[in-house]
Amino acid sequence: MVGTYLGMPAFPEAARDAVRDERLRSNLTHATHTIRDKRAKAVAELPDWGRLRAAGAAIKDRTLRHLDHYLERLEESVTAAGGQVHWAADAREANRIVTRLVRETGEEEVVKVKSMATQEIGLNAALTAAGIRANETDLAELIVQLGDDLPSHILVPAIHRNRGEIRDIFAERMADWGRPAPEGLTDSPRDLAEAARLHLRQKFLNAKVGVSGANFMVAETGTMVVVESEGNGRMCLTLPETLISVVGIEKVVPTWRDLEVFLQLLPRSSTAERMNPYTSMWTGTTEGDGPRTFHLVLLDNGRTDTLADTVGRQALRCIRCSACLNVCPVYERAGGHAYGSAYPGPIGAILTPQLRGVASELDASLPYASSLCGACYEVCPVAIDIPEALVHLRERVVEGGEVTVRGTRTTVRPARGHAAERAAMRASRWALDHPGVLRAGQRVAGRARRLAPRRLPGPGRAWTDTRDIPALPAESFRDWWRRTREKPTRESGNGTKGAGR
Amino acid sequence: MSGRDVVLGRVRRALADVPRDESPDDVPVARDYATTHSPADAVETLAENLADYRALVHRADAAALPGLIARLLAERGSRSVVTPPGLPPEWLSGTPEDVRRVADAADATPHDLDAVDSVVTGCALAIAETGTIVLDGGPDQGRRRITLVPDHHICVVRVPDQVVDSVPRALPLLVPDRPLTWISGPSATSDIELDRVEGVHGPRTLEVVLVRA
Repeated sequence: MVGTYLGMPAFPEAARDAVRDERLRSNLTHATHTIRDKRAKAVAELPDWGRLRAAGAAIKDRTLRHLDHYLERLEESVTAAGGQVHWAADAREANRIVTRLVRETGEEEVVKVKSMATQEIGLNAALTAAGIRANETDLAELIVQLGDDLPSHILVPAIHRNRGEIRDIFAERMADWGRPAPEGLTDSPRDLAEAARLHLRQKFLNAKVGVSGANFMVAETGTMVVVESEGNGRMCLTLPETLISVVGIEKVVPTWRDLEVFLQLLPRSSTAERMNPYTSMWTGTTEGDGPRTFHLVLLDNGRTDTLADTVGRQALRCIRCSACLNVCPVYERAGGHAYGSAYPGPIGAILTPQLRGVASELDASLPYASSLCGACYEVCPVAIDIPEALVHLRERVVEGGEVTVRGTRTTVRPARGHAAERAAMRASRWALDHPGVLRAGQRVAGRARRLAPRRLPGPGRAWTDTRDIPALPAESFRDWWRRTREKPTRESGNGTKGAGR
Repeated sequence: MSGRDVVLGRVRRALADVPRDESPDDVPVARDYATTHSPADAVETLAENLADYRALVHRADAAALPGLIARLLAERGSRSVVTPPGLPPEWLSGTPEDVRRVADAADATPHDLDAVDSVVTGCALAIAETGTIVLDGGPDQGRRRITLVPDHHICVVRVPDQVVDSVPRALPLLVPDRPLTWISGPSATSDIELDRVEGVHGPRTLEVVLVRA
């Protein structure tokens, strides 16, 4: 990934500041709770939701296990329909391709549909560096762009802003980018939407180059699918002469029919609607309707590294609905910025450390940004077992091991910060294997329990920063069992067998 | 090595655990979900769901349609209306001549369309369970941009013929290589505090006329 978020502190530090920000907390609580209840209602309308979810997961698994086949098929179909396909191994290559394609049109400005892939690769910064102005046209992306801010949610990048803050950003900054905000702009969502409409209208009507992502690409037909609400997507996909779509390779689905599953799963999980207001589907180019030139840039950027991990690869099923963010108790309190990537929340906590690796302190801290409560797994429309992947990635951070980095198998070393944890685990393993030692230790601890500190000293200190040491009982469970349930016959050499009698 | 070779090579190495003789069809996909949730009256369900997302729903028989369209244009104060090439001429036969007819022309610019008040089209089909109308660029629907730039869209759905129950019933009837636009209510946004507000860039007023043959 490119350095949009470079220099971010690890999750715990970033989250600490966020949690203290009362306005942010209240904005997030309000928004996530609003959508939570609505999603539950929209999902409850479909009695076969569980079966749709299983089918969605199975279609994605089929695709991932045969990704090379489907990508070649897709390339063939898109090319046959008049599109041009480009392949980018990483962010830099993707940015270079898009920059070149825009330059070839002779234009110095593009309109953009909200796209996670272009956010991930830092395309806007790359275009700016090349003297090309990228105009975000999704309302929330516009708020982020005008506010010189970072997105904090997959679906609603400006979720951390309330209506009053949005009003101020529009009033102060719209003039720098084009048509200023109307005089006397209020903070009613209706007025704010109207201000965005007026501000962007001229940009749409004059646009010569559009840049988008895609929610789905159908291998069989070469069809691209973009779901949206505002109509900015339709504007960018329809009015320009050239359309460039940057899409992660995992967005391919095998057949046209497969859309019947995802077009039911996505809107209800995402905006809690039976169907989002607008869905655009296009296949290559169409004579006399829409862009004359269509480029598809297929993006790897860590996806194949993720694919190489048989446990972690399920993260590539993600359809970016953001339901897991909206139910997450950690996201709700820490907000999206603390995750230091375009992908915040539970899915970000398993996707980012796989796309980028766990070399940086921030990325190594992400698998811990969870209480493992499992709410994310429950709402995931493609049944990604996020807790399973989190625990798997924690193991990778602590123990190190074989991983794929930019296509090459390498061995990562155990993270240094976890040396004390590893030592403690080794000690407990030894004690648990030696019941006599365990018993002796427990008895000493029980007798000396009044002396137990409230916080651990030395390297254990970090652990007790956020936890209470459990109160030590006067008697261990095994001693209690022996005293109350067991005839005092003989000292068993094996504690577990003794307890089972 | 080309980007293509690099990416495909990495994909293949990443899938070393997949048996060589496994084919895509060997990965089971159970399609035991419903192909329809069987709305008792698909046309009624369509009308309810469209209205739920703030589309304005009207009903007429074929004879009353021209009068209804004329009234809707007049109520809105429309002075001009863009029409696709294959729009049945009788649909606008009740609309006074001083409402300017604008043809869906290849050389019309987006700015030209922005100066037009309304658009009248048919549709390819409508989906009851989701309250969706689908346009496929057919002769009575025209280029995608004519239903996008004007702020007022009147869409005529022939019921019950053009209404299907569900998304799984709709897809087999649509042709993927035509540009498709699925419309479920007027443009909207949830971007401010995740609360839905209707009316952003697409037509802010969507009127759907259900015409019984």
